[in-house]
Amino acid sequence: MQPKVSADLRVVALVSVGKHPSSGRARRADQDARAVEMGLRLTPQALEVIHAGDSSNSVLRDYAGMGLQAVKVLEQPPQADVLPALVEYLGASLPDIIMTGVRAESGESSGMTPYLLSEKLGIPVVTGIAEIRSVSQGYAEVLQALPRGQRRALRVQLPFIASVDSAAMPARQSAYGAAMRAQVEAEQVSIEVVDSVRASWEETPARKRPKRLKVVKAKTAADRFKAATAKATGDGGAVMRDESAAEKAKAIFDLLVEEGVLR
Amino acid sequence: MSDEIIRRDPRAEWIARNRLHPLHAAMVEQGAVEVRGPSGLIRRNPHAVGFIGPNGIKRIDRLNGNSQAAGGSRRSAAKAVELPLHKVESPEYYIAVVPDLVGGRLTAHDKDVLGQAHQLIAALNATGAVNGAVVAITFGDCREDGFDKAGADRLLQFSEAVFDGYAPEARIAALEQVEKSLAPRFWLFPDSVAGGFEVGLRLAARLDERPLTQAWQVGLQTTICRGAGGTSDISRPTERFLLLTPECANPVDETRHEALALDPIDRPDVAPALEDLGQVAVDPNSVALGEAEFILSAGNGIHNWENFHRAAEVLGATEAGSRVVVDDGYLPRFRQVGASGTWVTARVYIAVGISGAVQHLQGIAQCDKVVAVNTDVGCDMVKRAALSVIDDGDEVLSELIELVQKYRQGEVTDAA
Repeated sequence: MQPKVSADLRVVALVSVGKHPSSGRARRADQDARAVEMGLRLTPQALEVIHAGDSSNSVLRDYAGMGLQAVKVLEQPPQADVLPALVEYLGASLPDIIMTGVRAESGESSGMTPYLLSEKLGIPVVTGIAEIRSVSQGYAEVLQALPRGQRRALRVQLPFIASVDSAAMPARQSAYGAAMRAQVEAEQVSIEVVDSVRASWEETPARKRPKRLKVVKAKTAADRFKAATAKATGDGGAVMRDESAAEKAKAIFDLLVEEGVLR
Repeated sequence: MSDEIIRRDPRAEWIARNRLHPLHAAMVEQGAVEVRGPSGLIRRNPHAVGFIGPNGIKRIDRLNGNSQAAGGSRRSAAKAVELPLHKVESPEYYIAVVPDLVGGRLTAHDKDVLGQAHQLIAALNATGAVNGAVVAITFGDCREDGFDKAGADRLLQFSEAVFDGYAPEARIAALEQVEKSLAPRFWLFPDSVAGGFEVGLRLAARLDERPLTQAWQVGLQTTICRGAGGTSDISRPTERFLLLTPECANPVDETRHEALALDPIDRPDVAPALEDLGQVAVDPNSVALGEAEFILSAGNGIHNWENFHRAAEVLGATEAGSRVVVDDGYLPRFRQVGASGTWVTARVYIAVGISGAVQHLQGIAQCDKVVAVNTDVGCDMVKRAALSVIDDGDEVLSELIELVQKYRQGEVTDAA
């Protein structure tokens, strides 16, 4: 489904180097690739893909293989804080839509990038979008992904930052030929801010978290026995027996309305 | 020792043996179970043990008075225990917790975060700080009444209409004011897709703080966070902003707290850049069963299947079923709830004609509100349910369809 957009829309997707959850190998980050996919559907020709980091990284070719003409790289050392460089580059000529993933797959993966960019550039940020429905007359209508498969429609003024959720359309396959033909344009950036706070951190492979034990704080043996054997029953709610079927249905209906599940 | 030498009294022994003696009653203590006999030996009177029950039969309590707790009577077993009240007068510092309040109620994740706040207070007390209070900050419609048991010493509620729905900017503006007036020692958020993640990061970006996300082991000095998409552990110094994973700490369960409402804080009006156009209708059957919010589940008590499907459609509920109906081919296998099917997490679960096998009850253990429609009042599902209707499932569903259709047309307005 192609959203309605105006011709001169400028869309930027910020991409990072991902990490495969089980093999740990570098790959295109899932949410970033979805952001590129969304951008390609909005503006198939003019999408600008930016990476702040090392231009010789082969993962960038995986993004380029999605049908990009070029990937722009702001050269940064691995221990750098990429935010100042991004702010300088994006602030120089503000795009209409900046797209990122919700959380990176490597590094701190705090998810702060879109929010910090939003504060520094002074434009709104929309969290976890699944789809951009339309962009017209300076406004975009987007669908935000909510937990439990729900969607919320939002209207936001251009320019804005959007973080793309895993509920967005899956990214297209990366083609080797297209990836080789695409340009990786490295740009030397004057700003290099080393993230000094991070140097003191200690990073280890994730330890398996202990399972929470069900601690029974029973005073007597009889209590412990009961806790070990009793079925998990609720506090025994209201029981309706002799009312008419209509009254019973009304009671259920009231509960549904009170819980707010009837839409 | 000499005091304990028991001297025999032959005359008393003789009287005790002779039940016809006028002094016999005085010599033998009636009712006492254990008596020191005239010969110096302990005598147990088996007839004095126990008591006469209400039906005239002698009952012997072998639990030494613990029979109440052991479930001797079901009603007294359910009686709530009054936990000790934890009071904080004129707190010197605050720890702010912003719970998700999904559907207006505290989630298990929220309770873990409140528990973590109290752990931090305990750790701070050990270093000499005194009088810390946990303040829970809520937005919009709040239906929770268990803040005292969850561990909120203070409660700050922003309930204006501005905060209803999706209003991150208004919330951040309000939280900025909280920061100015209370200056909490820590800000704790649940790191969840239900909203804690977004609010926490927005506020941290606004206040130019560096948050610790996915924190799962928090100490006063160092904290362990998950990094790199959950594949690494980062051990780093603890900061003011903490976004905590589920099960970061045990929830409060041994104390009650005051949950005193704080004075409302003035907040500036902001012009929101994001306009909430409301939730979009999603086909409920396209949502995965494990994460569906509202489930209509069928069991062996359903005979009119067309009616059931129509009810699910009208209610906007996701369809599910017990093992029996799936085995019989009425529903596909991926709609099965229970031990060998899907473990569901619905907020509202309507079980029509399901009596509640253990395997099925395991599958719905995480559901908040269960409504049972069943003809058998004694079944296990009725014991589990918050509302039970003893009637034929098909009939109740037909009535429910009519009610909801009227509601959609705007006729029933006084509901709830």
